[in-house]
Amino acid sequence: MSSVESLDDASVVTAVDNRSWYKKNRLAIAPWLFLTPAILFFLVYVILPIFQSIWISFHDWDGLGEATWVGLANYVELLDDDRFYTSLWNNLLWLFLFLLAVPAGLFIALFLNQTVFGMRLYKSLFFFPFVISQVVVGLIFTWFYNPNFGIIAEIWNWFGASPPSILGDERYVTYGIIVAGLWPQIAYCMILYLTGLNNVSPDQVEAGRLDGAKGLKMLWYVILPQLWPATFLAIVVTVIGALRSFDMIAIMTQGGPYGSSNVLSYFMYEQALSEYGFRMGYGSAIAVVLFLIMLVFISYFLWSMYQEEKGGH
Amino acid sequence: MKSLFKSTIIGAAAVVLMAGTASAGDLVINFDDPNPAPKAGFEAAVEAFKKANPDINVTVNINDREAHKTAIRNFLSADAPDVTSWYPGNRMGPFVDAGQFEDISELWASDANLSTSFEAIKPTMTRDGKQWGVPYSYYQWGIYYRKDIFEKNNVSEPKTWDELLTACDSLKEAGVTPFTIGTKFLWTAAGVFDYLNLRTNGYDVHNDLTAGKVKYTDPRIKETFANWQTMLERCSFVDNHATMSWQDAVAPFAKGEAAMYVMGNFAVAAFKDAGLTDDQIDYFQFPEITPGLARAEEAPADAFFIPANAKNKEDAKKFLSFIAQPEVQAEWNKTIGQLPPNSKSAIADDKFIQKGFEAVSTASGLAQFFDRDAPAEMAKVGMEGFQEFMVKPDRLDAILERLDKTQERVYK
Repeated sequence: MSSVESLDDASVVTAVDNRSWYKKNRLAIAPWLFLTPAILFFLVYVILPIFQSIWISFHDWDGLGEATWVGLANYVELLDDDRFYTSLWNNLLWLFLFLLAVPAGLFIALFLNQTVFGMRLYKSLFFFPFVISQVVVGLIFTWFYNPNFGIIAEIWNWFGASPPSILGDERYVTYGIIVAGLWPQIAYCMILYLTGLNNVSPDQVEAGRLDGAKGLKMLWYVILPQLWPATFLAIVVTVIGALRSFDMIAIMTQGGPYGSSNVLSYFMYEQALSEYGFRMGYGSAIAVVLFLIMLVFISYFLWSMYQEEKGGH
Repeated sequence: MKSLFKSTIIGAAAVVLMAGTASAGDLVINFDDPNPAPKAGFEAAVEAFKKANPDINVTVNINDREAHKTAIRNFLSADAPDVTSWYPGNRMGPFVDAGQFEDISELWASDANLSTSFEAIKPTMTRDGKQWGVPYSYYQWGIYYRKDIFEKNNVSEPKTWDELLTACDSLKEAGVTPFTIGTKFLWTAAGVFDYLNLRTNGYDVHNDLTAGKVKYTDPRIKETFANWQTMLERCSFVDNHATMSWQDAVAPFAKGEAAMYVMGNFAVAAFKDAGLTDDQIDYFQFPEITPGLARAEEAPADAFFIPANAKNKEDAKKFLSFIAQPEVQAEWNKTIGQLPPNSKSAIADDKFIQKGFEAVSTASGLAQFFDRDAPAEMAKVGMEGFQEFMVKPDRLDAILERLDKTQERVYK
């Protein structure tokens, strides 16, 4: 294809050289023209704020008055702040435990990928939690966990034990919120796998079966490799989802009790924008740290996508 | 269709006309409480103001309280109303320091009513020796209790610390948790701390602490926490309070599982909504701890301010001096069940208001509240510390050291 194009170009150039510059370069310019609005918005709303945040993070600013330059003071303070380490640790917990959504979604997708009467209904029921707003999911789980009237309390009482206060106990609170966050995330991974399973080639399954593969072996050597695009997408979405977990925490605990369920994104909001937060500089410093962590993952994802493109899939 | 077209034309013409006269008297007011009673009280006051000033065209924006707290930072600089509600004390500090609020000392000095009837509350409206707003309401804090449960267990209103502790013992014996509280949003714990500190060390120490002049590891503050520890042990609070809001915590109180609640007077409406009657609930002042100490009370005020970027400051000042009038304040606070800051206003015929007025007007000093007297940052860390202490009292030393560290940074 490309050789034909260049040949074509060459012959045109030699034939008519007095066309306007635009006409000559039309093929090269057109995609950029179409991309311009998107690039413009991306620059103004994504790239520029990143640099603004970095700039603000070197200042002491209450968001109202004059900002004063403090150099690295915000970062130095961050390194000496217990709440920062609590948030960082919780972010790691979120990252690892949230990834459970990927195998769980796969399992449910495999389970649902059958032809049984009413399967469409079951599928939509399993997908339902993803449709509900995160705020509602958070509220529902807050009620589940309520030690006075929640379902957890009922179960505990049934066994004659006194129920734990999941959201009021620093030891359980983060796990409690992650479980609530997993519910819609599993549904999301499931739907990714369900579409992926549609594209699994039946020939290969058949061939595998002839060679005597079944059960787990079939899954591992025949099905899963074909599901790689879905798995990749599920991991990307889940990792990013874990790092920016915010709404669940805002709804369920507001980072409490006494800051023990904070994560970086909520900590940042609390310092810069909440009722008691007037520290734009400190909040920006947290944002920069969170950005750097995300950057590691995002650049890996971009790199591996680039590699795949180059591989010519 | 034709009539619709016609009315559109007329409407458009009216808009044009109004725009033409806008400079004469457009007054935009932002208010922060859409709950039924506060909204009714505010709107009635605005109506009265309109009647007194028919030439002023008043526009009112009522926003949710939490949303208002976030929005104010934007609208003060971007699209300022002419009057906005906000809180006095240190809570107005950031806006005053940033030059976002208008200095109205002139009005305080020239208005006969403002200069004579607001002496008690004037200091909380003052910063850098100038006045910045006009308060329209305040309310007492104290201990609300279940009268019926007290009577059933032969407990009378405690006047001293020892009597309170003994009362707690009897309540616990009867299977009632002495105190309910919901600390999910932290500030309720600050109410308990403030009272313990005011009764242990007095008003000056409260002010010095919130002004950063006394350390949290100071022996006097440690004494306050020691009393709190006693309170936690002998007057236990409901379990799981860290997951409850103050409204959630009304449930055990209404069900009779808990008998006392350290709260502000706005909670009475919530008690009644939960099915309690005037005969079942009553109020007493937080009992004396250090004998002979001058009694100070918590009495947070709500106020109105003029943004520095307001377009119509003349009429805004008219509005502020109007709502300061004794009759307006009396009527308004009767509707919302709170106390009028104007000392010449009549107060409502309600036992909580009467008792609250008695408590507040005889107090030697009025504290705003921990999170209004201390700067925002300190307040947040402090209240988290209070909550942690209530759940894990054995971590006290670590908590106090952390508070000291924050204090050092905040008040540099």
